[in-house]
Amino acid sequence: MPCLYNKYKTMKPRNVGPPRFATYLLHLFLTPNRAEETEGDLEELFQQRIGEVGLRQAQWRYVRDVVSLLRPSLIKRQEHHYPRPTNTTMLRNYLTIAFRNLTKNRVYSFINIFGLASGMAVAMLIGLWIYDELSFDRQFKNYDRIAKLWQFVKFDVEKASYDVMPIPLAQELRSKYPDFESVGISVTRSTILAAGERKLLKLGNYVEPDFMKMMSLNVVSGTPFGSNDVNSILLSESLANTMFGTENPLNKLIKLDNKQTVKVVGVYKDLPSNNTFNDVTFLVSWKFFAANDEGAKRDRDQWDSNSYQIFAQLKPGADFDQVSAKIKDIRMKRDNPPGYKPEFFLHPMSKWHLYGDFKDGVNTGGLITFVWLFGSIGGIVLLLACINFMNLSTARSEQRAKEVGIRKSIGSLRSQLISQFFSESLLLALLAFVLSILFVQLTLPFFNQVAEKKMVILWANPLFWLAGLGFSLLTGLIAGSYPALYLSSFQPIKVLKGIMRTSRSATIPRRVLVGFQFTVSVTLIIGTIIVFRQIEHAKDRPVGYSRSGLIEIGMYAPELSRHYTALRNDLLNTGAVAGMSESSNSITVQAGGTTDISWKGKSTDTKPLVMSNYVTHDFGKTVGWQIKEGRDFSRDFRTDSSAMILNEASVKLMGFQQPIGAIVRQGSREYKVIGVIKDMVKEDPFKPVNPSFFAVNYRNVNTINIRLAPQVSGHEALAKVEQVFKSYSPDSPFEYKFVDDQYSQKFGTEERIGRLAGGFAILAILISCLGLFGLASFMAEQRTKEIGIRKVLGASVFNVWGLLSKEFVMLILVAFCLAAPLAYYVLSDWLQNYQYRTELSWWIFAAAGLGALAVTLLTVSFQSIKAALVNPVKSLRSE
Amino acid sequence: MKGTYLGEFEEVVLLAVAIRSGDAYGAAIVNEIEQQMNRSVNLGAVHSALSRLQEKGLVSSEMGGMTAERGGRRKRLYSVTAYGRRALEEIRQLRNQMWDAIPNPALT
Repeated sequence: MPCLYNKYKTMKPRNVGPPRFATYLLHLFLTPNRAEETEGDLEELFQQRIGEVGLRQAQWRYVRDVVSLLRPSLIKRQEHHYPRPTNTTMLRNYLTIAFRNLTKNRVYSFINIFGLASGMAVAMLIGLWIYDELSFDRQFKNYDRIAKLWQFVKFDVEKASYDVMPIPLAQELRSKYPDFESVGISVTRSTILAAGERKLLKLGNYVEPDFMKMMSLNVVSGTPFGSNDVNSILLSESLANTMFGTENPLNKLIKLDNKQTVKVVGVYKDLPSNNTFNDVTFLVSWKFFAANDEGAKRDRDQWDSNSYQIFAQLKPGADFDQVSAKIKDIRMKRDNPPGYKPEFFLHPMSKWHLYGDFKDGVNTGGLITFVWLFGSIGGIVLLLACINFMNLSTARSEQRAKEVGIRKSIGSLRSQLISQFFSESLLLALLAFVLSILFVQLTLPFFNQVAEKKMVILWANPLFWLAGLGFSLLTGLIAGSYPALYLSSFQPIKVLKGIMRTSRSATIPRRVLVGFQFTVSVTLIIGTIIVFRQIEHAKDRPVGYSRSGLIEIGMYAPELSRHYTALRNDLLNTGAVAGMSESSNSITVQAGGTTDISWKGKSTDTKPLVMSNYVTHDFGKTVGWQIKEGRDFSRDFRTDSSAMILNEASVKLMGFQQPIGAIVRQGSREYKVIGVIKDMVKEDPFKPVNPSFFAVNYRNVNTINIRLAPQVSGHEALAKVEQVFKSYSPDSPFEYKFVDDQYSQKFGTEERIGRLAGGFAILAILISCLGLFGLASFMAEQRTKEIGIRKVLGASVFNVWGLLSKEFVMLILVAFCLAAPLAYYVLSDWLQNYQYRTELSWWIFAAAGLGALAVTLLTVSFQSIKAALVNPVKSLRSE
Repeated sequence: MKGTYLGEFEEVVLLAVAIRSGDAYGAAIVNEIEQQMNRSVNLGAVHSALSRLQEKGLVSSEMGGMTAERGGRRKRLYSVTAYGRRALEEIRQLRNQMWDAIPNPALT
């Protein structure tokens, strides 16, 4: 028998002990202080059972026992008999104390964290916005070498700037100036694209092949067109999808404006949303435009017809300013230089978006102003939130003087206390940071809508995290510095005896901070009111015509332009239309002007620009312009084909005492002035109206103006109008625009700024109020005893309320005195940008001040009345 | 009264501790119960019952000596407290009282 056993053993190195995994499981889960006895019992039973029931059974029972031991009541950690302090124990204590402090004063904690988080969220949103603005156009590979051609021209006293060029300039640059790597003409047009049943009105560019090279266009299928291709079109991926769906768009035919047909030679990847060409959906060969467009045919060799954009890419190493200097006088050196003295220059791509404004030949910035404006608002809101955070933290920290005393007497070192307070405020700041990311994530869709952008949180951008965390760290350090450095210096004996009193001077920095907060808030309130008033001011401005029910339709299809009278009669016969006419360009756009105009008494040394408008006889009645003198165009006078109607601004320019009957020469024709109309706001509603003339011309028109009959509902009327249009031009989509909408788009920028500034102002005030609320309640709490004694001695609720509110009212007054001149200075500067502007009336300042005062009193009163109503017995009894 | 209520198994374990008085530890109690009641018991059930009894104050425990068959590990020795003894007696009394209350014919 023994030998068998030995054989068994050598054959198979079998585990004769308890199953290892079960022991492992036991070690993993069992509380350490039970391990010894439990393992002992298991081992003893196991050994005993080997004898009784055999190894396998014993092992099986062992496993069962282990499993049965893994019950919550036995796994549960039990108290150690003796504390086993480690490095983490004290840190855990700090955390516990920090957490207890948070839950003890829930309101303060909420105000503190929430206020800081919303401040951070605002700063983050603005940061994202600025990032988006600064990264505009940056996706182009040759970003730093691309420029657009601009020119300064001098019509009058000041130099004006235009980004449109004559066609031959492109060839001139290409052939004679070696600094250019490529030069490309481009022109943007709304065009009807028709393929089969599908007809779309889309914006696209007609470009030379170099344009595609410069913009590093990513052609995903097909090939870009070459310099010899004429009837070729490239579609953006999204447009190709809407036009052809899943079909392969290559080699499909598309009819443009119901005239010529082009072939799809390629599809390019849509450009990202934040670039200059984001509304361009297709590219057609420039050769096509040059061969088909009447204007382009005429302007082919015209050096003085400026209607086309030219983009250029410099060779590496070439300098924009130097090249600009070389090309400046190209036109003036040629024969027959024009009177407006054009100076060509290059506007680098890096400045297109943010530095697009010129005044008298100097770049005056542009959108960059708003980047600065919002940047500073973001910074200020963040600063306000930080101030709150610091104020509340320091105010509350005084309550913890006793804790400092006890910690010190038990043996804390000062450095330990410092690190405790620092880590506590860092923790809060980090909490606020996490919360603010949540806020941003939640509000970003809304913010995107207001700002008209497509921003996302830069999760993957290390800079974002670095800035966010770095900032939290900084806030935590600053806010924690007072308790950490000051409180930790207390002598325990004084603190514990209770003779430690914080002096009044300790509250001075806090008051200064609150005062600063309110200065900013009042400034923001005033600013917001002024921005909105400026918008209202411009909106209320008389526009000189009536916008209600006025719609416009572009005449893209050639069929429309040939049947003026028939179309007009058909439209009027529907009963849904009160008036119809045609004009050169929309009434909300001023397309062209001329300097080739003269009148009796014109001085010879200036070349003023007079805006030219060509209309049909019925234009005035349709848009409802207001005739000041003379008469409207009429079919009864055959001579009206050479009649002219001026606006008030041009009468002023021309200096006519008796405008009616005066002769004005334009080009090679003489016109007789038959009427004067009130100025119509066609351009910027913030600027004075330019001198303009109107003349009858049935060929030079491209827009149909229709006044819908007021008695017919808009929906019904539009359906009827559409029917008529379809009968004339069945192949073009019926695209109309309400003049009202077009006009309100002119306020887009200002309204956006107004909305954003208003939103931020409200947030800033909210944050300030949060802080004020916290501070007021803290002060009321600290003075509980004082208030109790005062009440016992006979003070009324009103007395106590006054006592507690007085301090804050004083602060507001000081803040207002600082804010008013500051706001006046900044805003009068801003209003200088607008020639048509509102006034800075005193009542706006008064309203803002009173508003701030009211908000403050409301906030503070809640606390002070609460404190004043407390029964003095209660407040005095507790000790 | 929930705190002092004794479950059936708890009562058995408490009795086993009393029987093994002086040498009552986990493995011994398992053996005792298996012998007395002729049924197999899990160590976990015993340990959990013991810790419940200790929480209720019916048994007390201390660490005892080590033996070779336990791989040199110490035992936790349990002993019935005075309160535990009284609880056992009360249970017994209650049972007897109920036995006595049964009318004779019912048992025949």
